[in-house]
Amino acid sequence: MASNSSRGSSERHRIAQHRLSVIAGHLQRPLNGDTTIRATECKAQGTRPDVATEMKTVPRRRQEIMKWNGWGYNDSKFIYNKNGQAEFTGKRYRLSGMIIPGLRDWMESTFGATVQHKTPATPVLNTSAVQPPTLNEAFVEGIKSTGIPFSHDPEDRVFRSHGHCLHEIFPLREGKVGRVPDMVVWPKCHNDVVKTVELACKHNVCLIPFGGGTSVSSALECPPEETRSIVSLDTSQMNRVLWIDEKNLTAHVEAGIIGQDLERLLNESGYCTGHEPDSMEFSSLGGWVATRASGMKKNIYGNIEDLVVHIKMVTPRGVIEKSCQGPRMSTGPDVHHFILGSEGTLGVVTEVTMKIRPVPEYQKYGSVVFPNFEQGVACLREVARQRCAPASIRLMDNEQFQFGHALKPQVSSIFTSFLDGLKKFYITKFKGFDPSRLCVATLLFEGDREKVLQHEKQVYDIAAKFGGLAAGEDNGQRGYMLTFVIAYLRDLGMDYFVIGESFETSVPWDRVLDICRNVKARIVQECKDRGVQFQPLSTCRVTQTYDAGACVYFYFAFNYRGLSDPLHVYAQVEHAAREEILANGGSLSHHHGVGKLRKEWMRETVSDVGLGMLKSVKDYVDPNNIFGNRNLL
Amino acid sequence: MASRAVYVHRDPMLKKRDDFEDILEERRHSSDLRYALKCYTPVLYKGLSPCRASELKSMVLQSDQLQYVINQVSKEMGRTAEEVQAEASTILDEMAHRLQISTVRFFAFTLSKIFKTLFRSICVNEEGIQRLQQAIHEHPVILLPSHRSYMDFLLMSYVLYTYDLSVPVIAAGMDFMGMKIVGEMLRMSGAFFIRRSFGGDKLYWAVFSEYVQIMVKSGFAPVEFFLEGTRSRTAKSLTPKLGLLNIVIDPFLKGEVFDISLVPVSISYERVLEEALYARELLGVPKPKESTSGLFKARKVLSEDYGSIHIYFGQPVSVRALAEGKVNRCQFNLTPRHIPRKPGEEIQSFVNDLAYRLVRSQEENMVLTPWVLLAFLLLQNQAVGNERGMSLDELTEQAAWVRDLSRQFGAFLHWPDQLPPSKVVSSSLSLHRGLVRISDGRVQLALGQEMPHSAMTSEEELLNRAVIILSCASYRNQALHLFIRPALLAVAIQAASSNKKQEVYNSFSFLWNMFSNEFILCPGAAVQDFEEACYLLVKSGALQISQQEILVSGRGHRTLAFLANILDPFLEGYQMVCRFLYEATEGLTEKQFVPAVRKFIIKHLLTGRLRYAEVLSSDLQKNALAALLRLGAVQKLKGGEEQGALKVNKVIVNSLEDTLGGKLPTQKALVARL
Repeated sequence: MASNSSRGSSERHRIAQHRLSVIAGHLQRPLNGDTTIRATECKAQGTRPDVATEMKTVPRRRQEIMKWNGWGYNDSKFIYNKNGQAEFTGKRYRLSGMIIPGLRDWMESTFGATVQHKTPATPVLNTSAVQPPTLNEAFVEGIKSTGIPFSHDPEDRVFRSHGHCLHEIFPLREGKVGRVPDMVVWPKCHNDVVKTVELACKHNVCLIPFGGGTSVSSALECPPEETRSIVSLDTSQMNRVLWIDEKNLTAHVEAGIIGQDLERLLNESGYCTGHEPDSMEFSSLGGWVATRASGMKKNIYGNIEDLVVHIKMVTPRGVIEKSCQGPRMSTGPDVHHFILGSEGTLGVVTEVTMKIRPVPEYQKYGSVVFPNFEQGVACLREVARQRCAPASIRLMDNEQFQFGHALKPQVSSIFTSFLDGLKKFYITKFKGFDPSRLCVATLLFEGDREKVLQHEKQVYDIAAKFGGLAAGEDNGQRGYMLTFVIAYLRDLGMDYFVIGESFETSVPWDRVLDICRNVKARIVQECKDRGVQFQPLSTCRVTQTYDAGACVYFYFAFNYRGLSDPLHVYAQVEHAAREEILANGGSLSHHHGVGKLRKEWMRETVSDVGLGMLKSVKDYVDPNNIFGNRNLL
Repeated sequence: MASRAVYVHRDPMLKKRDDFEDILEERRHSSDLRYALKCYTPVLYKGLSPCRASELKSMVLQSDQLQYVINQVSKEMGRTAEEVQAEASTILDEMAHRLQISTVRFFAFTLSKIFKTLFRSICVNEEGIQRLQQAIHEHPVILLPSHRSYMDFLLMSYVLYTYDLSVPVIAAGMDFMGMKIVGEMLRMSGAFFIRRSFGGDKLYWAVFSEYVQIMVKSGFAPVEFFLEGTRSRTAKSLTPKLGLLNIVIDPFLKGEVFDISLVPVSISYERVLEEALYARELLGVPKPKESTSGLFKARKVLSEDYGSIHIYFGQPVSVRALAEGKVNRCQFNLTPRHIPRKPGEEIQSFVNDLAYRLVRSQEENMVLTPWVLLAFLLLQNQAVGNERGMSLDELTEQAAWVRDLSRQFGAFLHWPDQLPPSKVVSSSLSLHRGLVRISDGRVQLALGQEMPHSAMTSEEELLNRAVIILSCASYRNQALHLFIRPALLAVAIQAASSNKKQEVYNSFSFLWNMFSNEFILCPGAAVQDFEEACYLLVKSGALQISQQEILVSGRGHRTLAFLANILDPFLEGYQMVCRFLYEATEGLTEKQFVPAVRKFIIKHLLTGRLRYAEVLSSDLQKNALAALLRLGAVQKLKGGEEQGALKVNKVIVNSLEDTLGGKLPTQKALVARL
């Protein structure tokens, strides 16, 4: 048994290496980790973390590697190069350094966005546009005495004043800055957070927890009506894996760690969490807990609420945590569920014990082409009914299929392009699929090699019953790669008068087709009614399957040339689209959360009593509204 | 008179309407056969899932909705699901259309021949056709024509075929199916047949609604039905029926389609084929059962001139736009949508408002001919007992006056302004020579027999006169919608004890309430209607209205007298019904009501105490009863031996009669109770 297990562990190590190389494709580790910002050992923490934590992605001064007014890394972006071709810069992603020949045409034909009409962003933040900080001197003194790093540098503060909603990024591109936090603090461990919260309560300052800054619900916006000093509590330096328990397959992790670091560190020991939200490059564990995040591989690993075993949160009332790590408890309502989805209104999540799994032996992408979206949805429904969903299964509608096509990098050989042509001929001419109606599902299988192959066959057999044709691994892999670069694409759009965003919902199976049709049509109609001069892009995909329903993602973008207040138009259309979602039996949010953007619908979503319950929890835990981001309620 | 939302008056004069094109014109110059065989490629709904008529049946039978009801019925009745399924299948066979293009082409050919002999022209607004084409492409379309004649749905399909639009599927009454070959022919040209009443039959309702909804959702073809439910025998619009409207908008409310376009269509006949038939029916001669041989007997109609037809395709109405803010579609979130349930209050009131709105837009786009205006004048002249009739000049002068008034009220009047008014009048009279008599340059209704039949009883003579009067009234009725609100106001002003605005409104509101089964008055819109009436009369110079008072201007007396006269026959009729009920013996049933009240009225007419033979109209009598039932003056007893017996509250009925007789202001208590 012992030898077995040691062989098992070296095997696991090999697999981990393999997996690292797989995900390195879209998530390359930074070349030069900023070791200087590596937090010194938090003395209050008795035990040494038993996991090597040398490379960390996020420095305190985030602006050193990340854009202050756009998505992601400074070095990665879409541009039109000297030849007028679209290109993705940098070295981090598979797409980096590649020419994307179809993108420019697609931009022109989809949005009417031409190279001539450009709206470049302000390159550098004009710090004089940032209002001077309102500091609470007593609080500052208190922080100083604890030795917790802090800053009131304008760049630091602006960086923590927003998430990635369109209306947050768009003004920044124009150099406009609204209310920003007055100060940023970087606690290094749980005890630092306890001290910070105590000081905040004592001196009545407003705390806004900040994790990865990837929110799309206006959750990080400073409430304009807040008169107290606002302190952004940046958890990014609390980023250690404190221990791994191989017997119970759990890991205890500080909540500031970001997704890619967590996976990488666990991979080194042969494990993973399997939690991969689309934002995992930047979003943090604490943020996942606070918003009830969902990962694309939830079919195997579960969503965040299934993954957490234990949570520690610091509130103005003190620290909340459970006394044991029992896998399930019947002890009244689960207090974790006050924390999950609390969106920073109750306290700061500092440490989380999470389930971990051995890194899967084998991973395989796949894709299926369907003659139309209806058939595709029917297939996903059947897959869910038989409970045989792969790690991930996503169905894109025709517009997204075409979009994915436009993002194909330049092919290297005549042979590949010949093959592509042949495939297209086969599908459209031989099989009679209408190119303007067909849609594609992307698949990701994980597990033992044998089981994966078996599973794959089962899924493809079901797909065949709905007219689906297997369309290769490449298409599948590209589909998932796009998830990571699509956010970069919005910045390119904004350079050329195109604004857009995505939003999501969850909906029972029998409503999926109706909601997709109606919301897409509503967007088109609202744009028309509000004077948008160009046909908008209004597209959707089904990204998650459940026993009783699915998660649907909508993408919506339009060319705003000729509009005096594009943001307002955008907001109105998005508002109408959300109304439409609710009217069609969709939920307010599947995993983005409510924030301030969707607050107005909370009452009808959870009923008067439900809202009252949440309010009374808030009133008990945080009577002075120290955690005053005003999300949710 | 708490003023509801500020009522925005659109100036009716500014109402923009499209021009017409005569589609028979081309038929008279080119081959009908080639026309019937033309290349026919209608624009289809963009979301169409193509299927043949025969496939619809299995879609309906397999639908979740129907399967649910089949299981429910089989449990309740203790029958096997197979039996119930078989019954559903039989119902569907009886109901379903079998639309096929060859039959449509056959009709296109034969109808061209027939229409050319019957009508001078069939005029269609082509802009409306273009709007319709656009609508068909965008969303499922429901066509809602007015219903005055059997011709209506043949005409609709004919026009749509002519313009290369999808021919509709049409909800038709079961009575047509009785007509042997014709019934089947209609089926093949898109008619589907529904029973007139199937109140409690759950299975029938489920099959029927699912069948209609599947056609709506799939965009199979525009669905056509008549909001009024049946042909209006009086040419007044009928109170809309809500059943089918509920069914067709349901897919929108449940999110199964993005939107539905409702297209009101106004079909106006210069002369209705069924003119005399309707009058007889209203007077109690029962309507002959539809039969093929009956149709052939009606051949003689072919030799007459029926003038022109105007078909106006109104602005498509978006159900989505109208439901915005009125219906919360989330109400369907918590139960599976295939489980049938009664529409809640919110939806009911939405559908009701929608239906009235649609009927009103049908009314607004009805084309009025000069003859319609002449009918007002001739009837009013007849009623004052003027035995000699009017001189042509006088008639012409008055007609021009009414023409101007009606235009101010926004009438869609087809008055050829290039001709001198006298020409217009005389040519109108000649088209309707069956109804008028001209001698010595004087015009009157053709009432008295030229050679009196000695054998005729006075009652028969009376009924003969009534046939002419009711026929003539059916033309007048075509324009009633135009005058009804000002007319109610005119009577209210006459009846009110003072010219205080509030007083006038009180009596207006009483009349409005009383007559809301008789005319299309949207429920709950009394204040709006009052303000609309005030607006029109101020604009035409008949009234001056200050904050508190309503004053009749010098030249307003003629207008008000004319308007008040319009309501007179109805006031008299309602009074007579009240009187009858007051005097009626115990145990009168609903069935006996019409014959009994008719006998009662004939008696009074023969004594010469009544001015209007029109009160003999069974339509008016039924409407009056419906109003009294609604107001609680009469109750219908349910169950027991006296099934359908009417229980009359004599006190209320008596005071209502007094009030209608002109003692309005003294009845405040009553008004309050109503």
